[in-house]
Formats: sequence, structure tokens, C-alpha cells
Amino acid sequence: MDFNFTTQQNQFREELREFLRAEVPQEKQEVFGHLTEEQYQFGREINLKLAERNWLTIGWPEEHGGGGKGPIEQGILAEDLGYWRVPKSGSIGLGIVGPAIMVFGTQDQKDRYLKPIARGEVEYCQGFSEPNVGSDLASLEMRAERDGDEYVLNGSKMFTSYAFHADYMYLLARTNPQAQKHRGISMFIVDLKTEGISLTPLPYINGEMAAQTQFDNVRLPLSCLIGEENRGWYHAMTTLDYERSGLWRYANVRRVFDDFAEFCQGPAPDGGQPLAEHPLVRHQMAQRRLGMETWKLLCWNVAWMQSSGAVPNSEASVAFLYGSEERLRFAEMAMEVLGPYSTLRGGSTMAPLQGNIEGIHREAMHLHGAGTTEIHRNIIAQRGLGMPR
Amino acid sequence: MDFSLTEQQEILRRSAREFLEAECPTSLVREVEESGLGHAPDLWRKMVGLGWLGISLPEQYGGAGGSLTDQTVLFEEIGRALTPGPLLTSPVLAAQIVLNAGNDTQKANLIPGVVSGDVILTLARGDRLETASNDAGLTLSGESSFVPYAGIADHIICSTRPAIGAWPDTTLVIVEAQAGGVSMTAMDSIANYPQFMVEFDDVPLSGDAVLGEVAGGRPALDLAVQRATVIQCAETLGRAQRVLEMVVEYAGHRVAFGRPIGTFQAVQHRCADLRVAVDGGRMLTYQAAWKLDQRQMANDEVSFAKAQAGMLSRLATETGHSIFAGISFTTEHDMQLYSARAKIAEANLGDTEYHLDQLAAGMQS
Repeated sequence: MDFNFTTQQNQFREELREFLRAEVPQEKQEVFGHLTEEQYQFGREINLKLAERNWLTIGWPEEHGGGGKGPIEQGILAEDLGYWRVPKSGSIGLGIVGPAIMVFGTQDQKDRYLKPIARGEVEYCQGFSEPNVGSDLASLEMRAERDGDEYVLNGSKMFTSYAFHADYMYLLARTNPQAQKHRGISMFIVDLKTEGISLTPLPYINGEMAAQTQFDNVRLPLSCLIGEENRGWYHAMTTLDYERSGLWRYANVRRVFDDFAEFCQGPAPDGGQPLAEHPLVRHQMAQRRLGMETWKLLCWNVAWMQSSGAVPNSEASVAFLYGSEERLRFAEMAMEVLGPYSTLRGGSTMAPLQGNIEGIHREAMHLHGAGTTEIHRNIIAQRGLGMPR
Repeated sequence: MDFSLTEQQEILRRSAREFLEAECPTSLVREVEESGLGHAPDLWRKMVGLGWLGISLPEQYGGAGGSLTDQTVLFEEIGRALTPGPLLTSPVLAAQIVLNAGNDTQKANLIPGVVSGDVILTLARGDRLETASNDAGLTLSGESSFVPYAGIADHIICSTRPAIGAWPDTTLVIVEAQAGGVSMTAMDSIANYPQFMVEFDDVPLSGDAVLGEVAGGRPALDLAVQRATVIQCAETLGRAQRVLEMVVEYAGHRVAFGRPIGTFQAVQHRCADLRVAVDGGRMLTYQAAWKLDQRQMANDEVSFAKAQAGMLSRLATETGHSIFAGISFTTEHDMQLYSARAKIAEANLGDTEYHLDQLAAGMQS
């Protein structure tokens, strides 16, 4: 057992923090639930600068434009970017598409797609969910029919985060409707400028603008297929297990928890005695402090497994489920403690912590990312504990 | 960063599990419970033979000189098997106090006996133990409740406070359990756990009865308690892990509505939640052990682990009784053995509320 980072890893974190202190002033940091377009664009600029230092993909192999280190260093990066509230961009490409291409892509696909991701130049979105398909993802309906040396895509994707900023979509579509449902799905990368793709705005409650994406006879060259035809489901499930430490999300919430703890030490919003002196508040803060510590360790457990060459599976679901629920427990607790002040939006001059608590409460309704909490429990029970299906 | 066990620790885990599965079945646990002794002398001798009592005590006193992490690995298995006996009380908690506070003679007189299992130590705490100084020397008076295994202990270490007007802080003293003026009453505890109310009536203390400095015992006591708390968490973890395995196994073959109940999400999700808590408990417990092994301040880490262990205990109890349902409400089923011991562990060495309070205090800037 060793809970320490190496000297080099600590040094990397120090250099990173120096960079963040210099480059990310407070007014550019994201406030939960109040992300502006300007902040998003600022986040992309930061990614470019991180890439210049070879940090953005510090855990990737050097041949693909990475820093040649491993999942621990990538975890340190995620943790510090999250804690500094650097507006997030590029995450689908960096976390999911890149690793998928490294494993399943052809040499030509690696050459074409990986370096732009590593340089922070491209944004990806993910096309998994559909209007009729969520948790039972293998029932997806979008069709990709082979027509000569092209695939023709028809159907619709739903909850497409980053769609309006994205250059490419990485998606799953059905290539063999006759096959058993898991065995007729393929994985594609689609340039969103391709003719026949249209986006309908779908505003999220956290202030982000997602989309429903319509595909109407969208023609793709065969080279857009990633991995084997009809093996897309299995490719996707394997890929989901890669970037799953969830350290960015943990640290992003942890920052607000730490800020809130400090806030509670000062005069209460109504001018009364500090909230932290109230026994019930102290008790709840201690519970959440324990929750945050547990969450952090479960995330690092996933990163460590990856660094040791193991593929975390139910362990990633453990960390993700714990995180989703801990985030909500914290948000609910902080809202309760703030009372009516919790209802003020970020724009209000009287909003505590710039509205971060109200914002994180909305963000915490995101209980479905990478699978609903119920799906994660199914994964833990069935794959982790071997319970019968 | 490395969350794996060493090869030696893996061997220790495997061999401990094999040994306890053979030598400490729940039938023995029940026998010991019925006896009221809380102790199985034959099993105790065998564990001595395996070197378990001295695993983390220094080699110069007959121990193996292992780390607290090694001991954590072992006690996960000890907890898992509901192993009876003063394993936590004597070689972990009390012996550590002697090691931390005692002089060379005291250590040489006491620790080898603890390692060989011939000497059993226990600890009496509380606000009602007082040491006073008179012309003849020190005397000990007062009473202490919840003293584990006092009935079979050879010596009782007492954490005492001064009589009015004397020194300001804790003095650690050690007295023979059979000394004149010492009397004890068994407290009737769940699972027949041997806890005693011990009374001391002007017990004269010899010159070498004080461990460490008069009024200077607090750091030695606190550090020993921290280590024992981590080991208590390891036991809890082992028990919870075992409950999880038991319910998963049961749910896999118990049929209701024409299917194994393990196919129902309502059952699966309870098991998943327990798995999450077990994983969290493992990380927190080993983090605390590791931090103490690094000789770093670990107040927060120990309180994280123990506060979570209390919640883990409750969840394991609820999950077990919920999934085993009716059969676990009977004494013939083993689940009640786990839930009773979970409660004892939860209350021991600071319960969840106590440790949450420590964590709250640690947040004050």
C-alpha cells in the first residue's frame, strides 16, 4: 500500500498549479450552473496552452502526441483542472474517443484523429442516447446501411452535449438489424459538417446547450467506421471503462465543498453567528467531509487500477455511483443550510458563493451520466458481484 | 501510488482465511458466546503458534515487527471469521500503550508474555479513575466501565486523571487484575461480549506501576488508541465483506416468484450499495493504516475510517437481515452473530458520532 505520489508526480502537480495560478484568474473560472460562452472559449484556450506543454494528454503514449506518462498523471491533471474550475472542453475526445481509436482504430485513423485531439484543437460529442433509447442502449434505432463504398445514416440522437461546439460526433448505429441487438451495432466518427445533419437546441437545466441531432441520409465513407463492423457495442463498452476515474468531477465539486466550509466559518448570510457554529451544520459538514474523502479515494482507486494495467469495470461504477450521490447529498445539505439564500441565482449580489451552491444543486440532478445510478448498481451487482441476470 | 497488497500480505490473507475457516467455524463462535468467556483457549494457543499476537510488535520482544498495514490485513480475516478472544484488546491496544509509554524494563517484562499469549492485558478508561499521591506513594481509586476481557486479564492498564489539585493530565498506570482492592462485575452485554465494570478501592501502586511520566500519558494512549481504532475498522471491514458474500450467495439460489431472488434489482441494488460501502471502507481503513505506518499525524484519517466503519456496519446489518429476511430473525441463522458484533465494534473506540465530531473540529480554521 502506498498512498503517496512520486516526487516527479508531485513536481508535475506543482508546475501545473503554477500554470493555473498564472493563467486562470477567478473571473474566468466556471461557476456551477452559470457557464458562459466566453468561459467555454477560455477553457479551450487553456487546453491549447496545456497541449503546448504536453500536459493535456500527459497520460497518452508519445507516438500519439501524448506526454508518455500514465493514468496517475492524467488523474492529477483532471483533479487540478476540476479544482481550479477551468471550464471543461474536449473531454469526450480526450477521455473516450482518443483511447477508443488507439485500441480499435486503423493506422490511418490514428494518424488522422489522435494528434488534433492531443493538441486540444477539436471538440467531440457523443451520439449514444436516442429519443427512444437510454439505459437500454443496445436497442438503439439509428440505422447505418452500407451502400457501395459508403454508409448511409438515418435516425436521431438525443442529449448531445457539446453538439454546438463539436467538430465530430462519435456514435453508435445499427448496421445489422437482423442480428441479436448487441451484435448488430457499429461505431463511427462523423464530421458534423456532413450534409444531412441538423441540430435542434435542447437547453439543459445546468445552463448548457445540448441538442437533438437529426441524421437524414447522411453519407459517410467507409473509413469512418471505427473497429469491426457489428462489434461496436463491445468496443463502446470497453472504451467506457477507460477514462472513468471521475477525478475531474470529484475535484470540481470538492472545490465548492471547501469554499462552502470556509463560507460557513464567516458571518452567516443574514448577519448572524457563523453557520459552522451551529451543531447540526457541523454534523452535516462532517458527514459530507467524510463523503468527499471516500469519493476521492474511490476515484483514485480507479486511476491506480488503470496505472497497474487493469481495466476497472465495476470499480468505475462504484466510484461513479458514489460520486453522483455524494454530489447530490452535498448540494441538498448546502441548500438546506443556506435556507432562502439558496434560492438566489448567480447574478444576485446576495447569492452566496456567486451562486455556486444553487448551480451545483441543478448540476447534481445529472444522475444519469455514463449510465443512470440504477444502471451502475446493475453493473456492480452483475459484473462486480456476479449476481444472476 | 499503489493500492495492492504485497505478496507476503496476500499470503498472510490466504493462510489466515484458510486457518480460520478450518479452526474457527461459527459453531465455535456460538460455543464461546454461550460459555460467557468470550475466549477460546485452544484457538488462542494456535493463533499464538502462528505468530498472530506479535505480528506488529517488535522483534526484540518476540514479535514479527510487521507494519500496522500487515496487522490490518490479518484483522480483516479475524473480523470476517468473528474470531473470539482479546485479540484487539491485549496485543493491539494494551501492548501498544506499554510500547509507547513504558520503560525498557516494563516492556521486557510485559510484551514477550503478550506475544506468547501467556499474558493478557486490558485497558480501563474513563473519567472516574483517579490517582492520588500520599506519603506511601501513589494510589488508584475509582471505577471504569466497559473494560473488555477484565475477567481473564492479568494486568489492567488504567488511564487515570489526577485527584483534585494534583497534576493536570492523564497518568497511565498498570495494576494486577488480582491485586487487593480490585473488584469487577461482568456487564451483561450483547453476544455475551465480556465487558466489565472494574472498581479500584485505594489500590496502592508500586514505583514501577506508572507507564511513562506522571501526567504525561496522553500521547502514548492516543497513539495506541488510533492504531487499535484502525484495527477495529479492519475487523468491521472483514465482517461486512463476509455478510456481502453471504447474501450474494443466498440470493443466487433462493427462489421466489419462480426465479432466484438475486435476479431482482431490488435485491441487487441493496448488494451493490453494500459493495460500494465495503470498497469505501477498505480505502479509508488502509489509508489510515498507511499514514500511521509513515509515522504521520493521522487524526483525520483515523476518524474518516472509524466514522465510515460505523455506517458500513449498519448497512451490512440492514442488508443482511433484509435479504435473508425471516430466517435471519432466528437465532439458528448466523446473520445475528454478525449484527451483534457489528454493534459492539461500532460503539467501541469512539462511535460514528464521536468521530464525525472530530472531523467537524478538524475543519475549524
